Amino acid sequence: MLMINLILVLLIGGAISWWSERFGSNTPRLIALVIVIADLLYLLLASAGLTSEPFAIGAGSGAASASTWLLSYQLDWIPRFGISLHLAMDGLSLILVALTLVLGAIAIISSWNESNQRQGFFQANILWTLAGVIGVFLAMDLFLFFLFWEVMLVPMYLLIAIWGHEGKAYASMKFFIFTQLSGLLMLVAILVLAKLHHSATGVFSFNYFDLLNLNIDSSTAYWLMLGFFIAFVVKLPSFPFHTWLPDAHTQAPTAGSVILAGILLKTGAYGLIRFTVPLFPNAALEFAPIAMILGVIGIIYGAVLAFSQSDFKRLVAYSSVSHMGFVLLGVFAWNVLALQGAVIQMVAHGFSTAALFMIAGALQQRLHTRDMNKMGGLWHHMPRMGAFALFFALASLGLPGLGNFVAEFLVLVGLFAVSPWFTAVAALGLITAAIYSLIMMQKAFYGKPPSELEVADFNNLDMTAMGVMIIALIGLGLYPQPVFDLVQPVIDSLLAHTLGAGSQ
Amino acid sequence: MIELAMFETNVVAMLAPLILSIATLVMMLQIAFWRHAITSWLICCSTLTACIAALYWSSAVAPQQVSSILVSDHYSLFFSLLILFASLITALLTKDYLEQRSGENEEFYLLLMLSALGALVLVSATHLASFLLGLELLGVALYALIAYPERGRLPLEAAIKYLVLSGAASAILLFGFALIYAALGSLSFVGIGLQLSQDLAADRQLLVLIGTAMVFTGIGFKLSLVPFHMWTPDVYQGAPAPVTGFLSTVSKGAIFAALMRLFIDAQLYRFPSLLLALSIVAAASMVIGNLLALKQNSLKRLLAYSSIAHIGYLVITIVVYGSLQKAQLSVEAASFYLTAYMLTSLAAFAVLTVLSTQTNRGYEQTDSDSIDSVRGLFWSKPLLALVLTIALLSLAGIPLTIGFVGKFYILTVAIEGALWLLIAALVIGSGIGIYYYLRVVFAMTEQIKQTSSAPSAQQGMSLVAKLVICLLIFMMLALGVLPQPLIEQIGNLY
Repeated sequence: MLMINLILVLLIGGAISWWSERFGSNTPRLIALVIVIADLLYLLLASAGLTSEPFAIGAGSGAASASTWLLSYQLDWIPRFGISLHLAMDGLSLILVALTLVLGAIAIISSWNESNQRQGFFQANILWTLAGVIGVFLAMDLFLFFLFWEVMLVPMYLLIAIWGHEGKAYASMKFFIFTQLSGLLMLVAILVLAKLHHSATGVFSFNYFDLLNLNIDSSTAYWLMLGFFIAFVVKLPSFPFHTWLPDAHTQAPTAGSVILAGILLKTGAYGLIRFTVPLFPNAALEFAPIAMILGVIGIIYGAVLAFSQSDFKRLVAYSSVSHMGFVLLGVFAWNVLALQGAVIQMVAHGFSTAALFMIAGALQQRLHTRDMNKMGGLWHHMPRMGAFALFFALASLGLPGLGNFVAEFLVLVGLFAVSPWFTAVAALGLITAAIYSLIMMQKAFYGKPPSELEVADFNNLDMTAMGVMIIALIGLGLYPQPVFDLVQPVIDSLLAHTLGAGSQ
Repeated sequence: MIELAMFETNVVAMLAPLILSIATLVMMLQIAFWRHAITSWLICCSTLTACIAALYWSSAVAPQQVSSILVSDHYSLFFSLLILFASLITALLTKDYLEQRSGENEEFYLLLMLSALGALVLVSATHLASFLLGLELLGVALYALIAYPERGRLPLEAAIKYLVLSGAASAILLFGFALIYAALGSLSFVGIGLQLSQDLAADRQLLVLIGTAMVFTGIGFKLSLVPFHMWTPDVYQGAPAPVTGFLSTVSKGAIFAALMRLFIDAQLYRFPSLLLALSIVAAASMVIGNLLALKQNSLKRLLAYSSIAHIGYLVITIVVYGSLQKAQLSVEAASFYLTAYMLTSLAAFAVLTVLSTQTNRGYEQTDSDSIDSVRGLFWSKPLLALVLTIALLSLAGIPLTIGFVGKFYILTVAIEGALWLLIAALVIGSGIGIYYYLRVVFAMTEQIKQTSSAPSAQQGMSLVAKLVICLLIFMMLALGVLPQPLIEQIGNLY
């Protein structure tokens, strides 16, 4: 029930904060913030005792039989097609759900000073998006997973379409069409899987654990794998499918950008780790070189484009493309180190990019522009914001001691065992990251200060949000062991599963 | 005694059409002696409600063959329910609408009931004669319904267009029937099927093939499948909004249900060339329908093109039946999809009806169906915006709405039949579809400056309209979240 409650609290909370709009625009914000923090505390308190006694779900070999699951909940839903309301949580989902809630709270804080119109509906959409994302991280029935996957788009679409900036019509439409169309490909692949299960056993099933042990002939598996792969790398995003991201991120309101970059992109990475590779291990192995090429191109190409942007948000958006390239590499290197790196990267990138988008939003709100050519010398006027920007720019460029460095280092080490050449090229990403991050700092915060600028610096609430993210990044950088411990059994079981399938 | 019992069973089996026929006679008399629109409206609504209730008793004796041309089985009863429900919703929403557009409104309800009767006959037909009877009863009443606001230019144009093209289609259909009869000497669906299952001489086979192709052409016109779709946008735009909703749900739904029965019982799947033609028609409808909808600024035209695409999706179920001959799965998918499509279209046209009722005055006004008329609707009329958003998302096949489960069904049967090209057309079509559905949603979310002239011409929604809209929202969401009850009902229709 814990998992259902987590989602229900957000859904109902969204409705409440919408309703509370009538009491002024701060009430919905406050209610939304309280709800998300309460949800987070509920998760942390309830899951504290769980990690000690993991259990197994289902029968069979590999991931299905490994005792890595902390929670499971199943309820018949559409028995005609063997669809059930099946939620389960392991270490990986736990980390991502917690990340979702933390960044959700930060997104709500970031919306405190802007967009006073329809604040209740705004917060409702944020909470509903969070509910959808948590559903994605917990669903163990592929039909349910797809449902959450698509449903979380609608409130996100509304966030961009209603509260976005000047080009919101184009950006929101592009975002929706990209994800929906790629989602349809995944739906077809899911249905084919269910049909294969039907022809093998006589019953339909959308259950992850049933489908894991399906024997699929290699050419079918390859096509199905592609269906899943495309849906996930569009969300990630990876090189040829990334073009929706700069538009959506740039046009979204600050809270929308924080959620998009911090959380929504991670659903793609999660899908790759949870579904694409374990469901089709051999096809994924065969496809790995192409995926890794896409990852490497993404790293370099994203960095080059980031460097050439003059729009603050666009720069951060392209840097996401570059950073998520490491995740793609880590997943398809498919060994312990690389996967650990990919997971840490998901968390660390979530924090560092969310913080940068928050700063970008604060700048736009104060200066009414995102154009860095019109900025400069802002440190002088807003020293707090400047210091935070410097910290997160350094995190983003991979300064040792912070989470992003650990992540990218682990991915590169893991990848080296698989392909030294890709590692060499990908390592260039660390240099290019330094270039665009420092250019960003240089253009916006250093230089000659404009004399007659009257702007407010970060207030205490913003400082708190930033402080939380700084602590998280330093924590990940200096002592990532707790995250490793949580994820290790999951990775071990996944590796065991794919090895088992590979040797058949 | 036995004959009397038999007679009683037959009456019970055909209770709904009988009630409807009697009620039309009663209403004719009522109009002749006492013109009173509210009374006619009440008779119409209570008759349709009574018919829905009558289906319950009919289902107790189903399946029951009534004479050689009609049958009352679960299949026909299920579609009768859909038809009567859609007619009732149409009738409920029409009262306020008509009061501003037409002088004498009594006959509208008469025509509506006649049309619904035609649709009931159509879904119960097991014989080409009753098929044609139902089709024409439905069609002829529809011509008059389309032209009902007689002082407008667009409705008349639409009615004439529909009359001429539909008449031509019926003629082609009838010629097809004649050819089939000439070759096989049978007019009943099952009779045709029996003949076809035996070995036929090549010349007779050719005759049947040509006849069947003509039948499908005629039906293709009525269902507005590509390449017989040209009339659709004009008629949709010209007809008054409630009638457009009726045309798009009752007329198309009934014809599709009848086509499905004809296809299965008459074993028309025995012609591979016909299956190929159907596949091409389906794929073309999906892609072209969605493409042509892209640039429409009139919501009615947009929905017209979208309906072309949706009927295209539906044809997939027929093609799958043709290649697998598993009636259960195909009929289940088609029934679910038609339910979803009818509910969703009803909701969309309900919004257009209410909007037109609210904003326009005068007999010669056209409906307010441009995309501008819904701009900012989220902030000015949240309930209407909500129902239209849900309807559009359902048409686009977004989860939690009934439209998604429908699309899920279509994809499932298409995968069962391994029709990869049709699946590709469906995916591409849906991708294009998102654009124009979202364009409307986006327009509704836009913040517009309040102009002083707009609100003065507006009035509130009637209580009936509010209830109808809430009911439609509830059904679209409830059946989208918990489809299992409906699935169980349609699981063994055939």
